[in-house]
Amino acid sequence: MSGPSRLTPHLLLAPALLVNFAVFLAPMLNLAVLSFREARPGGSIGTRFTLSTWQTLIEDPYYLDLVTGSIGLAVPVTIATLLAAYPLALFIHRASQRWRSLLVVACVSPLLVSAVVRTYGWMVILGDSGLVAAAIRTFGMKPPRMVFNTAGVAIALVEILMPTMILCLLAGFGRLSAALEEAAASLGAPPFRVFLRVVLPLSLPGVLLGCLLAFVLTVSSFITPKLLGGGRVILLATEIYDQAIVTLNWPVAAALSVLSLAVFGAALMLYGRLLRRVEA
Amino acid sequence: MVRLFHRALIGVLFLFLLAPVLLVMPMSFSADAFLIWPPSGFSTRWYVALARDTGLLKAAGNSLILAILVCAAALLIALPAALVLARGRFPGQAAIVALLSAPLLLPTIVLALALLIVFVGYGLIGSWPGLMLAHLLVGLPYAVRVLMTAVSTLPPDVEEAASSLGAAPWSVFRRVTLPLMMPGVAAATAIVFLVSFDEVVISLFVVGPQLTTLPVALFHYVETRTDPLVAAVSALLVVLTLAIVLILERALGLARALGK
Repeated sequence: MSGPSRLTPHLLLAPALLVNFAVFLAPMLNLAVLSFREARPGGSIGTRFTLSTWQTLIEDPYYLDLVTGSIGLAVPVTIATLLAAYPLALFIHRASQRWRSLLVVACVSPLLVSAVVRTYGWMVILGDSGLVAAAIRTFGMKPPRMVFNTAGVAIALVEILMPTMILCLLAGFGRLSAALEEAAASLGAPPFRVFLRVVLPLSLPGVLLGCLLAFVLTVSSFITPKLLGGGRVILLATEIYDQAIVTLNWPVAAALSVLSLAVFGAALMLYGRLLRRVEA
Repeated sequence: MVRLFHRALIGVLFLFLLAPVLLVMPMSFSADAFLIWPPSGFSTRWYVALARDTGLLKAAGNSLILAILVCAAALLIALPAALVLARGRFPGQAAIVALLSAPLLLPTIVLALALLIVFVGYGLIGSWPGLMLAHLLVGLPYAVRVLMTAVSTLPPDVEEAASSLGAAPWSVFRRVTLPLMMPGVAAATAIVFLVSFDEVVISLFVVGPQLTTLPVALFHYVETRTDPLVAAVSALLVVLTLAIVLILERALGLARALGK
């Protein structure tokens, strides 16, 4: 091979790698280092290295509550998303070819609408003078508060995560064939047993991937808790924003970011373990 | 009976999934000053108000220009990279693909903070180059992935036939490879456009008082006021998204374009 053509691949890759380094690799490394810098009043960063930020994070129960609170929201939201998405995904999987592509588009298009718009849509539904409150009032009952609290945020998050979950489940159903189900049924298995013994086990890899994504996206969700929570629902991501933009304490914001990456890593490891067990 | 219950369940779940997107449509024609369901009357007052809201219109213009610039830059950068990564076999290839996709796996709030800290040092906050770089961070991985899929599904013999007939490499690319890749290029353009146009978390960190985007302006609007004006904007955005989705679906099927 001649000189220039051996060089070409590198030249073709260079712009993409350069951008990746400038906006991803370098800033992320900088962020990790920053969590060990000292914070000075007024948002400036000291040059000395210190463990004081991490010490505050570990000693102050507020931050521990933040982590457990974020995980405590993410687990039920993930389970509810799975329960809401599974019947829909199975229905789409079993639909005829023509209907299937239409249903997939209907399910996936909300993914392409901005989170601000979808959260606003939930304000219309859950607000004090919203759709649900109006429906409850027609029955002569007093509607409960559904915005500016965790319940409202959780409901909206389930809906916002459903398209992602459905996509993962559909990919998982790829291994499922109608013939296999028919075989089980023709051998005398009642429908529920076919589901429990054939459909569910085969779809588990898709279930696991969907749950991983839903969990991770809830832990890092920001727009929905911020707007629908009205400042009363404080999670890891909203705290990072407040520390970075309002309080201007960048070392704490950086340390919280590293902390949420650690939660991610733990979720990813658990996913890997469960996947190996499911596929064994 | 079980069948009926199943049908009802599917219907309710579909409604739940589509409710917020569908409900902004009637709400945008509300005649009320606040978010009240059902609206006491219908009017186009909030569309009129939107047409007079210079702040939101300016932000929408910025978002549109930004999305077009980001699309162009992402395609120019991702296309050569995708050609190399989908074709050649070389050491470190898998690592490079992973590195280029990595920004999609990490929480956007963390990426946003990392960018903010670096951008402040270089005076990039609230600037066009800064916003373009920030949107490339999330747009480029999509462009690379979609274009890699497009390259790997090309028929391999056509290019060889062209070059064996004496066409120069650049000529092969321009006359054979690129035209065959057009569906993939269209998909990448549409996805990067939507990703950039809808991006809000990273934008929130890097916009400035002089330069803001539509999602950020909407975010701050909803933070302080809840009236049907945002419903009018939302309805227009949903229609725009739907149009792009339909074009994409016509061109090559949405599910394939998203690489699932």
